[in-house]
Amino acid sequence: MSQAVISKNEAEKTIKRHNTLPEDRMTPGMAVALVFLILYFLLIAYPLFWLISNSLKTYKEIYKNIWALPANPQWMNYVNAWNHGISRYFLNSVLVTLSTIALTIFSAALGSYALARFRFRGNQLIFMMCMGGMMLSPQVTLIPLYQIIRALHIHDTYLAMIIPYTAYRIPMMVMLIRSSFLTIPKEMEESASLDGCSDFRIFWQIFLPMSKPILLTCCILIAYYAWNEFLFAIIFINSEKFKTIPTGLMNLRDALQTDWGTLLAGMTISAMPLIILFFCMQKHFIRGMTAGAVKG
Amino acid sequence: MQSRRAGMNVMTPYVYVLPCVILLGVFVYIPLVANFYYSAFSFSALSPTKSFVGLQNYKTLVSDPVVGTALINNIWYCIISVAIQVLLALVIASLLEDKLFSKISTVLRTTYFLPVLISMTVVALLFSFVYHPKIGLINAALKFFGMKNPPAWTGDPKTAIFSAIIMSQWHSTGYTTMLFIVAIQGISEDLYEAAEIDGANRLQRFWHITVPQVREMMFVTMVTTVTGAFLVFNDVYILTQGGPGNASTTLAVYMYRNAFNLDKMGYASTIAVVMLIICMALAIIQNTAFRSGKGD
Repeated sequence: MSQAVISKNEAEKTIKRHNTLPEDRMTPGMAVALVFLILYFLLIAYPLFWLISNSLKTYKEIYKNIWALPANPQWMNYVNAWNHGISRYFLNSVLVTLSTIALTIFSAALGSYALARFRFRGNQLIFMMCMGGMMLSPQVTLIPLYQIIRALHIHDTYLAMIIPYTAYRIPMMVMLIRSSFLTIPKEMEESASLDGCSDFRIFWQIFLPMSKPILLTCCILIAYYAWNEFLFAIIFINSEKFKTIPTGLMNLRDALQTDWGTLLAGMTISAMPLIILFFCMQKHFIRGMTAGAVKG
Repeated sequence: MQSRRAGMNVMTPYVYVLPCVILLGVFVYIPLVANFYYSAFSFSALSPTKSFVGLQNYKTLVSDPVVGTALINNIWYCIISVAIQVLLALVIASLLEDKLFSKISTVLRTTYFLPVLISMTVVALLFSFVYHPKIGLINAALKFFGMKNPPAWTGDPKTAIFSAIIMSQWHSTGYTTMLFIVAIQGISEDLYEAAEIDGANRLQRFWHITVPQVREMMFVTMVTTVTGAFLVFNDVYILTQGGPGNASTTLAVYMYRNAFNLDKMGYASTIAVVMLIICMALAIIQNTAFRSGKGD
């Protein structure tokens, strides 16, 4: 690497003369790589295409020839899936996801505000709790958590999902929001407090609005997590009426038996919201997932 | 950061951090500690009393053949996931960032990322069609090419865990690929240009520039992949339920089975302790290796 750096000046002199370097041309090795990339593309794209095309087939059509395209698209599969329970699961997922976002952002932003703005006894401890919390997975706390959920009498309610989801998202969100809060210039809050603004108003009218990008990133990360969460949802929820999409689909599979077209239609409906969200806000999505991974 | 202003209540910061502290305390840290305590007892989910058994659960665990099976499955999960989601993903990312493929790279990387957005329930249900012994996509193709007795995939104890592992790679490789793409985009162009002038070929540039420059991201993906492999639950539980028998069980699935099917909550907590210890030990080892390698 150091060699490369030394020769940088030299490189700049010669670079104009080499507009097409030999390395930019196709080599046998890169041809193999291209074939590999296209195979990988098909490996991902075909099953997804298969999911959609078979969601429009009848059971007989699927059984007879799993590779064939639908002869006569069965749009009713989507209506059936929706009426067979997907509507309920879908609304539950929306409700749980939005509540988790609201509760997590609320708690994490308040906590971050205290950590970023005040020096107080125990702030290091709280910071450590968040750092450590990012590394803890729910799998290793599941049994006592189940007992606590039962003891609080929130087992088999929406809260049995919303509250643990929030608790396990807080650490990462505090790390993200806190580091954004730390970049807000001190002069802003000082002049505001000289004007007689209360701490809460400074939080509400300066810190939150100035951190919109990171808050949006957090919302996406939480939505991604809450929409797909399975472990808590399958353990803390028994009743059909509270099931979210990930656990509800398991029920649907058992209920529909061999009505595969309808099941595949239900699966397609379930996958759509996040895919649409991704295409609408690709930049935020990728920024969020990168920040989440690196912080975690 | 200011310590105190006139009129500011000493308690103010504590009010702000209260929601975080309560949620983290009650739903993350108390369960974490309680889990160790529970592992010394034998009890069922609904019984009001627990009987103290000391280290008996740990003794049972050491001689439990299913724990051995689970551990081996987790290790396979880890090895294959590191090979594909860390090493291969880095190669894929650097190919996608190659000038030669710049025209197709956006389509490819977006497609590779799509499975990441889909919940594991949908993915596993989709793969139950891919692996279906009679009509499944794979076996339909194998039969077409003349194979008389294609494997039963999820139905065969020998192939069940690998079916889950392959599905998991299908689902998650796009995620680490995306992380590596972001990391590679952060590398200065000058380094590559200089190396090109020096006559370094693609392989040398990959090895001497890309790899050292994305070291940190490799460490991050490595730790998350390894930890994820030893905690894996959703993928296996939804696809095979750990079966046939216990052939494809993992530590987390076996913990779930003990807690919620066999009602051995104490033993399940013991398995959770083992999972926690394994993950922490591996994280410490990787962290040490990463730091000691930093000097060169």
